[in-house]
Amino acid sequence: MMRTLRYIVSRDVLLAMRRRADVATTLFFFVIVASLFPLGVGPDPKLLRAMAPGILWVAALLASMLSLGRLFAADYADGSLEQLVLAPDPLAVVVIGKVLAHWLVSGLPLVLISPVIALQFDLPAEAIATLLLALLLGTPLLSLIGAIGAALTVGVRGGGVLVSLLVLPLYVPVLIFGAGAVDASASGMDAGGHLSILGALLLLGMALAPWATSAALRISLE
Amino acid sequence: MKLNWFKYAAPATFYPLAGKLIPWFAWSGAILAVAGLYLSFFVAPTDFQQGESYRIIFIHVPAAWMSMFIYIVMAGWAAAGLIFNTRLSSMMASALAPTGALFTVIALWTGALWGKPTWGAWWVWDARLTSELILLFLYLGFLALHAAIDDPRRADRASAVLALVGVVNVPIIYFSVKWWNTLHQGASVSMTMAPKMAATMLLGMLVMALACWMYSIAAALARVRCIILEREQQAEWIANLAKEPT
Repeated sequence: MMRTLRYIVSRDVLLAMRRRADVATTLFFFVIVASLFPLGVGPDPKLLRAMAPGILWVAALLASMLSLGRLFAADYADGSLEQLVLAPDPLAVVVIGKVLAHWLVSGLPLVLISPVIALQFDLPAEAIATLLLALLLGTPLLSLIGAIGAALTVGVRGGGVLVSLLVLPLYVPVLIFGAGAVDASASGMDAGGHLSILGALLLLGMALAPWATSAALRISLE
Repeated sequence: MKLNWFKYAAPATFYPLAGKLIPWFAWSGAILAVAGLYLSFFVAPTDFQQGESYRIIFIHVPAAWMSMFIYIVMAGWAAAGLIFNTRLSSMMASALAPTGALFTVIALWTGALWGKPTWGAWWVWDARLTSELILLFLYLGFLALHAAIDDPRRADRASAVLALVGVVNVPIIYFSVKWWNTLHQGASVSMTMAPKMAATMLLGMLVMALACWMYSIAAALARVRCIILEREQQAEWIANLAKEPT
């Protein structure tokens, strides 16, 4: 089982690395969306500082959602997804591997670049550290929840737009506690409570989402 | 006499049963609605704080109840469809979804109409309003997913998974929105109703809620009959049905 997991992760990461432009697109999307907000609301540093947690998290949500299409679509198109479903290992393990790879490719780079964007919004150093931590806990959860939506829309026409309608309402708690943590830390309060809840949600997601995703995949591949 | 409930799990036997039940639910819904509206407009006293505008709660509160309750019932039918693989359960789930979405819209709309004279704003980011809005998004997601998949059986099962995921998420969303709301917003706007409600007000609201129940059941049954006809059009019993003199 661990071997399957390792194999799936390394295969998906390798495939993504062969097409680096796709990975970079998600990252640049995050950077561009975050940079558009100051142009829209004006360069007032006080306003920007107040809006930064929300803007960065919404941008992260959208970027993570955009890359969901890659999770199963290519494997579905060339038939390898069916082979993975037929494999003797539990489908949930395959799903965990694919979600992990998706996070490594689209979530982790976003986490790593977020401090630079946060500097543009003049966030204090402590808040940036909290942002890093909150994104580190939150982006895997985004990938886990998103995988359910991606699995439900595999091979469905107009799947890309549909997945946003399915997944974005479910992202709401992550957004609230993620942005809440940064907000609390920026105003000098303890962000521990928000981060704990984010961690608890991540554990819950890890327990339930792969299961729901594999059920959805089985339905989609019937 | 032992009643065999599974007999009505087959669309062919359920179709005439639903046809017989619809008038009962529809008429009792209509009568209850007339009684409830009479109670709420002529019997219930004017609220001394909010004046006449409070009367919108007689529609608003039942609609909000129904919007949440129908989602749970819908998810229950969807789960039954997944577990027992019965066609009719999934048809019931997809028949309930539009009614649920309708009540969510009514709840949001009447909430806005009530908010304008009471709070002076059409919309505030109150916890209940926000979670009701997200509930509407969940309904729309369910409907959109069902509509996007051509094979009806696959559409049923995929949207059932979505409904179940939604049901797990609804409490999480509700509490996170509630907490977010208390953090961001002072107690300037309070959704809590007047602490003591006159008995006639409560009665009016309950009668209206019952009317909404009856309407929802009648509407869902009528819709499920259409879905049955659409999906089973190749079946022999439908051909026989068409031959029967009406």
